[in-house]
Formats: sequence, C-alpha cells, structure tokens
Amino acid sequence: MSIFSKPKYSTVQVKKKDIPTGLWTKCPETGEIIFNKELEQNWMVVPKSEYHFPLKARRRIELLIDDGTFEEHDADLVSGDPLEFTDSKPYTVRMTQAQEKTGEKDAVISGTGKLSGQPVSIAVMDFSFIGASMGSVVGEKITRAIERGLEQKCPVIVVCASGGARMQEGILSLMQMAKTSAALKRLSDAGLPYIAVLTNPTMAGVMASFASLGDVIIAEPKALIGFAGPRVIKETTQQDLPDGFQSSEFLLSRGLIDQIVHRHEMKTRLASLLNAFKSGCAKSA
Amino acid sequence: MEKATFTLEFEKPIKVLRDQLAELQRSSEENNLDVSKEIQAIEEKIIETKKRIHAELTPWQKVQLARHPQRPYALDYIAALFEDFQQLHGDRQFRDDQAIVGGTALFEGKPVMVIGQQKGRSTKENLARNFGCPNPEGYRKALRLMKMAEKFKLPVICLIDTPGAYPGVGAEERHVAEAIAVNIREMSNLRVPIIATVIGEGGSGGALGIAVADRVLILQNAYYSVISPEGCAAILWKDRSHAPRAAESLKITADKLIELGIVDEVIEEPLGGAHTDPEVTADSFREVLSKQLSAVSKLTEKKMLDGRYEKFRKMGVFEVVQS
Repeated sequence: MSIFSKPKYSTVQVKKKDIPTGLWTKCPETGEIIFNKELEQNWMVVPKSEYHFPLKARRRIELLIDDGTFEEHDADLVSGDPLEFTDSKPYTVRMTQAQEKTGEKDAVISGTGKLSGQPVSIAVMDFSFIGASMGSVVGEKITRAIERGLEQKCPVIVVCASGGARMQEGILSLMQMAKTSAALKRLSDAGLPYIAVLTNPTMAGVMASFASLGDVIIAEPKALIGFAGPRVIKETTQQDLPDGFQSSEFLLSRGLIDQIVHRHEMKTRLASLLNAFKSGCAKSA
Repeated sequence: MEKATFTLEFEKPIKVLRDQLAELQRSSEENNLDVSKEIQAIEEKIIETKKRIHAELTPWQKVQLARHPQRPYALDYIAALFEDFQQLHGDRQFRDDQAIVGGTALFEGKPVMVIGQQKGRSTKENLARNFGCPNPEGYRKALRLMKMAEKFKLPVICLIDTPGAYPGVGAEERHVAEAIAVNIREMSNLRVPIIATVIGEGGSGGALGIAVADRVLILQNAYYSVISPEGCAAILWKDRSHAPRAAESLKITADKLIELGIVDEVIEEPLGGAHTDPEVTADSFREVLSKQLSAVSKLTEKKMLDGRYEKFRKMGVFEVVQS
C-alpha cells in the first residue's frame, strides 16, 4: 500500500492572496516572474500577460486624476460598531487591524479633482481594506461623492471593487445600497454623467447598486463581476459554470457592460466619454 | 378535519399537550364521561406553555417561524386584505417569474398596486415559484407594475418574503444585479406612496429590490438581513451550523430592526405565530397598513419624496474623527 502513497515531504503552499510581497511576484496566469518595483511602475499590470493586480486606491487616483488637482473629502469618517459584532475577532479589532495594514480609515477614498482638465467627483474603493466590503462609511462616502457631483455640477466616477456588503454592520450595510442608488437617481435626473469602473472583483451588494447604475459601465480585463459568488451558484444549481463565467469578457458578450479597457488606457477613455457628456456640466474653470 | 401540521422543534411541547387534549376529548365522547375540568386544565396549560415558549424565542427560532411552511404567504394576505385582485403577469421581455406576483386590487375600497414575493405551498408549486427566489425578470415585472402604478396614481403595496434572489447562471446572464439596482433607484423616486412589509423572510438584496418605501413594516416573527444566517455562518465561522449564532449577531429580528431605525412599525402576530391564526394576523396587518398608508397619502408629493430620500439617506452609523 505504501508504494502508492504520497511522498512524505510536503509541498510548500503559497496563498495567492498573500502575494505580492517581497521582491518579486508571480503572474497568477502565466507563472511569469516580475520584480515588484517594475510591477508598481506598470500600475500593477504584468507586462507580458497583462494580468491586472488590484491597485491601491491612492495609486488609482494618481493614475486617473491630473497631478496636484486632487482634493480629498470625508477622510475623517470612521465606522461605528452598531451591532457590537464579533466573529473570530471583534469588529472593532478587525477595523483597527485593517487600518494599520492599509493606512486608510475605510475602504473608499473620495474627493474632487480634474481628469484631463475636466472637474470630476471621484470615489475609489480599495480591495485591501476588508475586501472593500460596503458598510456605513463606504456607503456614506460614495453618497457624498455623488451629492458633491450634483452640487458642483460635475460628472461622478466610482472605481468599484468589493466582495459585497459588510456583514459586520448587518442590515445597515444593506441599506447603503438604497442610499447610494437614491443619490444616483438625483444625479441622473439632473442630467449629470456617472461612470462606473469595475475592477477585480466587483460582487454582490455593490454590484446590485451603484456599480450597475453607470450611464457607462467600463470594466478592467478579466475582472470577476457578478451578483452571487460562483461557488454559491455551483452549489445551489449543481451545474457546471460556463467558461469565463462572470468575467468582464463574459459580461461584455452578454451585453451587460459597455467596454473593457486596459488600465493604462483608462484615463484617455474616461476623458473622451466625459467630453461627450459635458453639456449638463458646469464649465471648467 | 384538521389539516396536516408541521411542528417545529420548539413547538413540540405544545404539540404534546394538543395531542393529549385530542385524546381526552375522543375518549370522553366514546365513554360518555364528563372531563370538562381536565380539558380546561389542559387548555390553560397550552396557553401557558405557548406564552412561555414565545416570550423567550431566540432569533434563530424566529427565523424558523418566518420560514414555517404553513406561514401565510403573499397571495394569502392578498386574498385576506384586498378585493378584486387582478394578477398581471410577465416582464414583457423574457418570461413570467412566478416567484413575484403582482397586480391591481382594492384596499379598503381604493385601487392600489400590490406586489409580493411568493413561495409555493407544495413541492410542485415550489418548483414553479422557485421557492420564492426571484430571477431578474421577476424584478423587472415588479418595476413594470410600479411604473404602471405611477402612471395611474395608485399606491404600491409590497409584500417581502424571499430567502434571496436566485443564484443561477441564467440570473447572472440576464443581470440580476442590474435588475435589483434599477428597482432600488427607481423606487427611491416613484411618485406614488409605497408601503413595504416584510411578511416572512427579508433576504438581502433580493428583498430590498422591492422594499425601498415610505414606510417599511415587519411582522413580529419575520426577519430582514444582509445575508442569510447560514450564509453568514459559512463565511465568518466557516461552518453553516453556526447559523443560530449568526442570527443572533446580525440583529435581524423585528425588535432589533426597530432599534436600528430600519423599520417603522412591527405588526403583531397571534401567540404561536402567524400560521396559528392567519385571520387574526391579517386583521392586525390591515389595521397597521391602513393607518400607515393614509398617513403617507396625506403628504404632498414633494414632502413624500423628500421624506423617502431622507429616510434611507440617514441610515448608517459612523463617526467623524480628527486625524
């Protein structure tokens, strides 16, 4: 029997989510090795395979907003603990650890700035902060970013990434879907443009609210985008999932999003769209 | 003849007493004995036991009541509270999703649009209704009916009872996320009164997709949650058997939802739950619905819409800290 058993030495297991750390990173698609410094300089896109790693929210703002024009808003909002929630650790501890790890107070950075000269109100979600799950602060900051667009008569851009609603804030997280969507109704009725940029992954409660409501919806390549998680769908339906299910490419082919845009081209594309939609916006100073 | 009953674990002491009572009644009839005193004693004990059990129901036990297979469903309330219901089918695009029903009806003599999530009573009906889990076309049908209500100035009454929107390949392909998002956005500014009531399960985004309203009501033993207790347990405790703990932690019961400012009023159920006396439940539902609908109907359109926006706008708990 022992002849066919596994060899005793163990294989080294690498958790995908733990990378990139250290000096170099392996492309999850091709196994290509790339130096972190090079990856950083390339906006976290692997040069050959063009695999898009998550980009930190502040770097995303650098990528999209003209140098020196970004003014951050609502940076001082922090979540309460309305449910006094504890799972493997208390929510307050989980928050503190996430804050220490990321240097951010919650999963959204928002503010105003110029995109190729055009004033915009922008909110960017940061997946490294508790999976960019949406609790009260995320909902509030996105709502304020939308309302700011309404006040200043400028377009609103939200760069989405999220595992969904933040369970630790329970039903209050669910209500952020209503809050953000209601604000978007007002923005839309005022004739102001809203562009949703979907990055890997954008799921569940975020997808079933502001991420799906863009006048234009743009996704980065090969992002996972959907409502229910693929594992849940597989377990519920006992069905094999189609190839590329819930990828950006899948959504584009089903007519659910407008474009797939490479990270390096994103700013140019956004600028063109904003230029086309500027009739209702305030004239740029 | 009494209908076949389904007994939950914590209802069993009541069932034992009921069986004793039935046995006593049968034997007294057969033997012509006067056992009225004994019968009265057991009846009192039944009430006492019910009171004791229901006074200390855990959140998880309430979830069981909310999912009780004999609990009244949307169509039961529609039959009990409304007259002249005309069911209107389909989203005019793909197919008729029977997990959501809706149509015109009269409430206290006035026309309204009533929309509800509907579970099946039998296995066959449950397959047709997908166990109350709507697909995108269900939400799009609901939106079609709401826009019709807006056009003809009918208040909208929504009855919420779903474990959640259906997680399926087709649902994703037809963009269930967008269907829910659009409903939420459009309901936030629909120019007629909307009253939503959670009658059983308020399962996450699938519930919210027809629950943005001027007033959100909930039946005493219903629940409303961001995720099912089982789903939450599977993610946070890596084990679905921790669902009772998740049900407790998530604060999903009517009393907690009032405290959190999510619902406006709790509709009382009879002792033992809505399924033990659907008529009494319908009566207390009618009374609260009537009161809330007339209060919203008195508002000017602007006041109503501003109020609805503010209601959801202020939901959330956060602090401002100086850095």
